[in-house]
Amino acid sequence: MNRLSPSSIRPSPKSHFPYLFAALFIVVFVDSWRRAGIDPTVFFEAKGRAALWKFLTGMFPPDLSWPFLSLMFRPTLETIQISLLGTIIAVMIGFPLSLLGTNSLIVRGILNDPELLGAPVRRTLRYALYFTARGLLSLFRSIPEFVWAFMFVRAVGLGPFPGVLAIGVAYGGMLGKVYSEIFEGVNHRPLEALQSLGANKLQIFFYGWFPQALPNFVSYTLYRWECAVRASAILGLVGAGGLGQQIEISMRMFNFSEVMTILIILFSMVAAVDYISAKVRALL
Amino acid sequence: MTGPAALKTCDTVPSSKGASPKALTLKNILILGAVVAFFVWSYRGAEIHLSQLFSRDSFEQIVIYAKKLFPPDFSSVVIQEALKGTVETFAISFMGTLMAVTIALLIVFFASRNLIYSGLLYEMEPNKGWKRILRMVPYLIAKSLLNLLRTIPEMVWALIFVFLVGLGPFPGVLALGVHTGGVLGKLFAEVLEDVDSQPIEALQATGANRLQILFYGILPQVVPQFISYTLYRWEVNIRVAAVLGLVGAGGLGQRIHIAISLFLENQLLTFLIFIYALVTVTDYLSAYLRRRFI
Repeated sequence: MNRLSPSSIRPSPKSHFPYLFAALFIVVFVDSWRRAGIDPTVFFEAKGRAALWKFLTGMFPPDLSWPFLSLMFRPTLETIQISLLGTIIAVMIGFPLSLLGTNSLIVRGILNDPELLGAPVRRTLRYALYFTARGLLSLFRSIPEFVWAFMFVRAVGLGPFPGVLAIGVAYGGMLGKVYSEIFEGVNHRPLEALQSLGANKLQIFFYGWFPQALPNFVSYTLYRWECAVRASAILGLVGAGGLGQQIEISMRMFNFSEVMTILIILFSMVAAVDYISAKVRALL
Repeated sequence: MTGPAALKTCDTVPSSKGASPKALTLKNILILGAVVAFFVWSYRGAEIHLSQLFSRDSFEQIVIYAKKLFPPDFSSVVIQEALKGTVETFAISFMGTLMAVTIALLIVFFASRNLIYSGLLYEMEPNKGWKRILRMVPYLIAKSLLNLLRTIPEMVWALIFVFLVGLGPFPGVLALGVHTGGVLGKLFAEVLEDVDSQPIEALQATGANRLQILFYGILPQVVPQFISYTLYRWEVNIRVAAVLGLVGAGGLGQRIHIAISLFLENQLLTFLIFIYALVTVTDYLSAYLRRRFI
């Protein structure tokens, strides 16, 4: 029986890694507990309990009066529009950068080998282009959309604009990265066939590369749009328009029944967008 | 669409199934038309105009602001503050993810169908009718609880917890824990419902009871995937923890909030560099741990 137990099947456990890892985990845990100021007793003190009670009772019933609902109509539309325009800008930023940031399109592969194999200087230049594009994409996506939004609020003022720009830049970085992965992943046989027929670079790209990548492109972009709807709904917390701004206002006024209503709107909106996006993706 | 690149910050995990071509039927065209009409309607309904967006004015404003960011402020006070914020962000994400795993593990066994009311474990049960319905009650409660936790975004949770427990990193931990708990619970439940049934049947045939089947047949199968999902969410949570401070929940975000609000643009750039470094290092660390464990 013992011979068949899972532990005897594993490779010999001579490594010190598990012990080191456990020690590190405990140290990090204790330090993090202190630094994160964790204090569960807050909820049991009278003040915390009162706040919790006020919040929970305040949320019900949600404010479904007509004046408030009609007031929320515009921000809801605005949220969808921010996500839509933001995604369009993200494609406009991500697509060109993804072309430059794809190794087999710009440096290696059958498009470039004939030209660049004997030309080290031009090869280096192409590499410079490639790494610049990659660096930009990484910069765009590594700074969270919230920080972008907050900076754009400072730069161009409150309202939906900074939201659109923030989603455009942050999602541009993500889309660009995924696009170039899709480009890298295409089947190279058709490209070789095209080349042996004497097709030029542009023809190879448009007839060999692009048609293969397009369905994945559209599908992933739609998926990102779904994410953008969720993001734009809360970007308003830093002043970038949409429903988030209303949440913040209601929260500041301690109007929890309104918060509840907005959360319901948010939930139905996200569900509707997911449904639409799934329908469109099914068409591809 | 596989691999962690496809699941960057958005909560839902995209399906790995490739899209299959469908015929262009009248129904599909109608749906597409409705979608386009919806877009046009939403575009006209709100008041954003592309021309305004791409105007020279707004472009110049952005350039002016970008210029103000340079040079970054590398004085020792700012660096110390940034380091403190980075470590705090790490701590928030770490504790938040641990809390999330705890919540998810507490709920998930009630939220997976094959463990609580149907499938192999229960097919031998004689009196199926009302017992089954009784078992469905905790399932439905657990499922809707997970949905509730997941649906409300982290930032909104953070706003709520800042109201409940005050400013600082603690509400950030709670916000991450609660939201990610919902996400992980859903993912874990999917893994549990997807286990290979053959080992379970084998165990059942040897006379193992349900608890034994759970510990020897199901858990060994799912733990690697649990760890993988947890690491992936932790990676996401570091990014989120870095911005939770914008609504008052500690970490680097709080420093960024202060720097932006007080027009300290040079300090802001330093903090941005730290966020960039933190996110990049996390990506590598997470990839390393994933290789190590899975």
